[in-house]
Amino acid sequence: MKGYRSFRVGKDRLSLLLDNNALVKLAVLFIITLILFIASVGLGDVKINPLTVVKLFFGGGTELQQLVVHQFRLPRIIVSMLVGMGLAVAGGILQGLIRNDLAAPDTIGVTAGAGMSVVAFLWLFSDENYSLIVSINWLPVAAFVGATLVAIAVYFLSWKDGVKPVRLVLIGIGITALMQAGTTTFMVLSPIYMASQTNIWITGSVNSVGWEDVHVLLPVMFVLLLMAFFSARNINVQSLGEDIAKGVGSPVERHRFILLIISTGLVGTAVAFAGSIGFVGLMAPHMARRLVGSSFGSLLPVSAFIGAILVMLADLMGRTLFLPSIVPAGVFTAALGAPYFIYLLMKTKNN
Amino acid sequence: MTKMNGIFDFARMSKIILAAIFLVLLMGISIVSGYTDTTMQLAYKAFTAFDGSNEHLIIQTVRLPRALIAASVGASLAVSGVYMQTVTKNPLASPGILGINAGAGFAVVFAITIFQVSSLGVFTWISFLGAAIAALTVYFVGGVGKRGLTPMKLTLAGAAMTALFSSFTQGMLTTNEAALDEVLFWLSGSIQGRKLEILASVFPYLVVGWLLALVIAPMMNVMAMGDDIARGLGLKVGMLKIMVGVIVILLAGGSVAAAGPIGFIGIVIPHIARRLIGIDHRWLVPFAALLGGILLLAADIGARYIVMPQEVPVGVMMAFIGTPYFIYIARKGANKG
Repeated sequence: MKGYRSFRVGKDRLSLLLDNNALVKLAVLFIITLILFIASVGLGDVKINPLTVVKLFFGGGTELQQLVVHQFRLPRIIVSMLVGMGLAVAGGILQGLIRNDLAAPDTIGVTAGAGMSVVAFLWLFSDENYSLIVSINWLPVAAFVGATLVAIAVYFLSWKDGVKPVRLVLIGIGITALMQAGTTTFMVLSPIYMASQTNIWITGSVNSVGWEDVHVLLPVMFVLLLMAFFSARNINVQSLGEDIAKGVGSPVERHRFILLIISTGLVGTAVAFAGSIGFVGLMAPHMARRLVGSSFGSLLPVSAFIGAILVMLADLMGRTLFLPSIVPAGVFTAALGAPYFIYLLMKTKNN
Repeated sequence: MTKMNGIFDFARMSKIILAAIFLVLLMGISIVSGYTDTTMQLAYKAFTAFDGSNEHLIIQTVRLPRALIAASVGASLAVSGVYMQTVTKNPLASPGILGINAGAGFAVVFAITIFQVSSLGVFTWISFLGAAIAALTVYFVGGVGKRGLTPMKLTLAGAAMTALFSSFTQGMLTTNEAALDEVLFWLSGSIQGRKLEILASVFPYLVVGWLLALVIAPMMNVMAMGDDIARGLGLKVGMLKIMVGVIVILLAGGSVAAAGPIGFIGIVIPHIARRLIGIDHRWLVPFAALLGGILLLAADIGARYIVMPQEVPVGVMMAFIGTPYFIYIARKGANKG
């Protein structure tokens, strides 16, 4: 095993096989993310040069710059980054679990499920003044519950002597339509002010996030991502197929369930804070596979960085290209992702 | 093989007549029922002896257009669904699933927000343009490569297109709250509050679409046997496909201009119609048209009562009705239609 490094923590806790190539690429992606992060902080209505940005982090810069960066830009950039990571890793896990390239939180309806439960949550728990009567911290929980229920429903509905990938995606499309219908219902029932907010959010935007969102999102995402990385080797086994997975002694059903919960948790959390930013969960793992192959130990972290880059870039474009309008990040990910999806469809062999 | 009887096929004829009677009946119910409940006599008087009262006004300006739009849009979507399924050999093909509704919807929202278009005639043409672009894209995607896409993959490509168009639509709306207020209900597929003029500006195109659909019905029977056989029998397959494209664009584009993107009729109705009356397009097309009208009328009547006094967009109703059916067909598999 030349060129590989194995990482082990404890006996069974964490065991990864990373090749040097993947480590190099990971480092490059990390640097790109960092550069994009700094560029993104610097760009916008008030332009700040990169050096000043770095100084700003340590308390330098003018008061205006401090205000713009700390109040407006940093929260949304951090949220973009985390949400991109979450969606990408969730997509990677799903693709391994379902053993299909086309699987992604959007294509199997999980994103739409999370979306609908968020809208339902906002509608149910708002008083006449449209302020929430329960803590906003419950929002990710609602999204998570919606995502999980949809994932389970879609999985069972697609079951017919096993789950065929195309059928799964088809049924996901059907369920997505149903969830969107539900979302629309709640939007029509709500006053127009709220509908407009909801619409921005459905398209996928980090426009209205603040530090209080970061405070909830950061720890939750951190834990979930860590769990995902720790289970990477279980996905490796899962992706060999059920029979082989059983053969190598893996408790297939239990691992599958845990992995599913992790991925719906990631999607739910991402959707709760940034809405349905589409196609990231589909694209990022693919690009990652191109870069480092399909061993999940390196695939997941690489996809996480790609996802972060995609969403950060989409948000940056959304808030700089069409000024004075601010376009939701989801528009750009869809513009990139939909053609990519069709390209994938055309590339994979017809059976 | 089904028997190819002529016009004197009483079993099929009676089914069509029955459906037509039912359609008229539902239109009557649609006209009298709702938040302002009226009676049949009142409705009759509203047309024969109009007295300017509130009820009469509602019937003439709100209910009648609504019933007419529901019937014609339902019929149009159903017919385009039938032909799309025949041409693509895909049981899930329909203007909604293959992204044509979304394309037309995007074009309309684009015109409203960017160019502030409000003329009805322009509206219709823009909707056709959007439908045409989406249809061409799907066709291109479906036809690329040696064998093109399998039916199922075409469906997936259509879903991706839908996601793309609706994302653009929503993106445009987020920058323009006033436009959102105006089009939100329309965008979820609705025939509430549509004026007769809207129908009038679209109706001629729909009629052309229906007539074309009837004219090519016999040829579509040959086409259904497969492109190669059809070509062997001397059919101009390419020409026929273009005709179908025109029909779909006219019917789906016109429907979207009138009622916004309403999904699932184009999937559900062709299947039910085929089961009830067989696969002969000469019967199937008119029958599906009637059933489509019936379903949309019924859904629209239901939409008034679910969250009274508010209304659910009928497109939402259709999604609730249609999704289980969609899943059923998806489970059944691609090979059977």
